[in-house]
Amino acid sequence: MNEPLVLGIETSCDETGVGLVRGQTLLVDAVASSVEEHARFGGVVPEVASRAHLEAMVPTIERACTEAGVRLSDVDAVAVTSGPGLAGALLVGVAAAKALAVALDRPIYGVNHLAAHVAVDVVEHGPLPEPTMGLLVSGGHSNLLLLPDVTHDIRSLGATIDDAAGEAFDKVARLLGLPFPGGPHIDRAAREGGQVVIDFPRGLTSGRDLERHRFDYSFSGLKTAVARWVQARRDSGEPVPVADVAASFQEAVVDVLTRKAVMACREHGVEDLLIGGGVAANTRLRSLAQERCDAAGIRLRVPRPGLCTDNGAMVAALGAEMVLKGRDASRLDLPADSSQPVSQVSA
Amino acid sequence: MLLAIDTSTTAIGAAVHDGTRVLASFTQEDARRHGELLAPAIVRTLQDAGVDRTALTAVVCGVGPGPFTGLRVGVVTALVLAHGLGLPAPDGVCSLDALAHDLVGRHEGRVLVATDARRKEVYWAVYDVRAGGAHRLEGPGVSRAAELPAEVRALPVVGRGTELYPDALPHRVPDAPRDVDPAALADLAVALRGGRHPDSDTGLLDPEPLYLRRPDAVAAPGTRMTTSPGGTGTAS
Ligand SMILES: [Zn+2]
Repeated sequence: MNEPLVLGIETSCDETGVGLVRGQTLLVDAVASSVEEHARFGGVVPEVASRAHLEAMVPTIERACTEAGVRLSDVDAVAVTSGPGLAGALLVGVAAAKALAVALDRPIYGVNHLAAHVAVDVVEHGPLPEPTMGLLVSGGHSNLLLLPDVTHDIRSLGATIDDAAGEAFDKVARLLGLPFPGGPHIDRAAREGGQVVIDFPRGLTSGRDLERHRFDYSFSGLKTAVARWVQARRDSGEPVPVADVAASFQEAVVDVLTRKAVMACREHGVEDLLIGGGVAANTRLRSLAQERCDAAGIRLRVPRPGLCTDNGAMVAALGAEMVLKGRDASRLDLPADSSQPVSQVSA
Repeated sequence: MLLAIDTSTTAIGAAVHDGTRVLASFTQEDARRHGELLAPAIVRTLQDAGVDRTALTAVVCGVGPGPFTGLRVGVVTALVLAHGLGLPAPDGVCSLDALAHDLVGRHEGRVLVATDARRKEVYWAVYDVRAGGAHRLEGPGVSRAAELPAEVRALPVVGRGTELYPDALPHRVPDAPRDVDPAALADLAVALRGGRHPDSDTGLLDPEPLYLRRPDAVAAPGTRMTTSPGGTGTAS
């Protein structure tokens, strides 16, 4: 098959994404988000997300096809996030993808959400070097992955042992009275006058931690340290310097993220680092990663922000890579697996 | 050529109806694997009926009420299947209506349909079953079985409610179905679409779940929220 047209469906959290990729070219990335429905709850409510996916599914498929100027009957394969993610939310996308595969009589590829976050960069910056090091940071994940081949060989080097990086941003934003989701607001506050003046702790970077949790992350101690610091200020009746706290917290997060990612590249002899996930939109993470990669002689790839957050294009991109590499399609009874391990690229 | 699917109860399956009769139907019982079993069941039903998917002209789905996670599998499948085949949007039918319709021809008079709503509750509706069809008198609603009015609880029951709550719902229609049979749903949908049913004016619904319950969520830090995928919280 030459230049397969793949439709990808993503519903692992609160974005209903439908993307179309032809070969390694992105045609369209249509996303419907229910983030505003969750904002007043301060976090994603699974049942609200599942209901929103169901309502948005056909309109989003329709919009993707219209904007790309393709007919559904032109689609050569359907790809879908089978996990990890919210169980009820995943199930809506997987059922939709199966229905489409049956209607069009085309193969279905159930793919890993984390692998898709990496594969999406193919449509942005061309074929992935093999191996690539992947740093995935979002509200749901913080993973360091060694990727000899994104379509079937992914090794987990480390992950957060408590909160995801994006979750820490949300929690600290709430502490500082900033809205959900917290990432963009902390980034902005830090950029607009914030100074890195408070030395918050860097989780899992001490000598012993580096032995046991070499490439793992931990952000819950950092969040607690910020909470204590803010509370102490309030108790003493002093104003909380929101911008400085934001900048100092953010620096602690991105320092550990980039330090360990570069260390992993060095120790595994990998020359290409790819950062994906919603937190990859963070401007300080991007600049510090660039600085450190330049110093270490590592090439850095970061997809544009719209492709870093959850979307259907990333699923389509990985599906297209699987078709191009001749990987087996999934069976029609493939399950949605909320805790699908990253080593399992396809379901 | 109509395809009917229902995932509102423990039976997961599909049926194909040619306008005159049911050509084939296939169901499997599993309370937890709607997402895995439905699509293969559709393919098998079409095969058994000897009908190519492109010969379908309409899709109908049971819209519950039923446990949300499984129910959504059927509704989204119907929506996307119809869209993918270039058909009009599917019709929704109250799944409890299909359970009552299953009795037409073998039972007459008032019945209570009561299915498992989990959380110690039942989804319920009251019907008057006649030769021409089952006419819904009350419901659908969701309630603890014991909290239904005494005269409702005294009715003969169809669905799993009677085996789950035998004290509150002691009377069972003999040989009554426990779960929705997609063949009955298909037959009911054809009657409704043809205007040959006492509830033809109101029986066809939009293809969206009859949730009857609001999502569990409070606008404050609570127990059922998460910012991280990997949770399994659902409201049913
Ligand atoms: Zn993600």
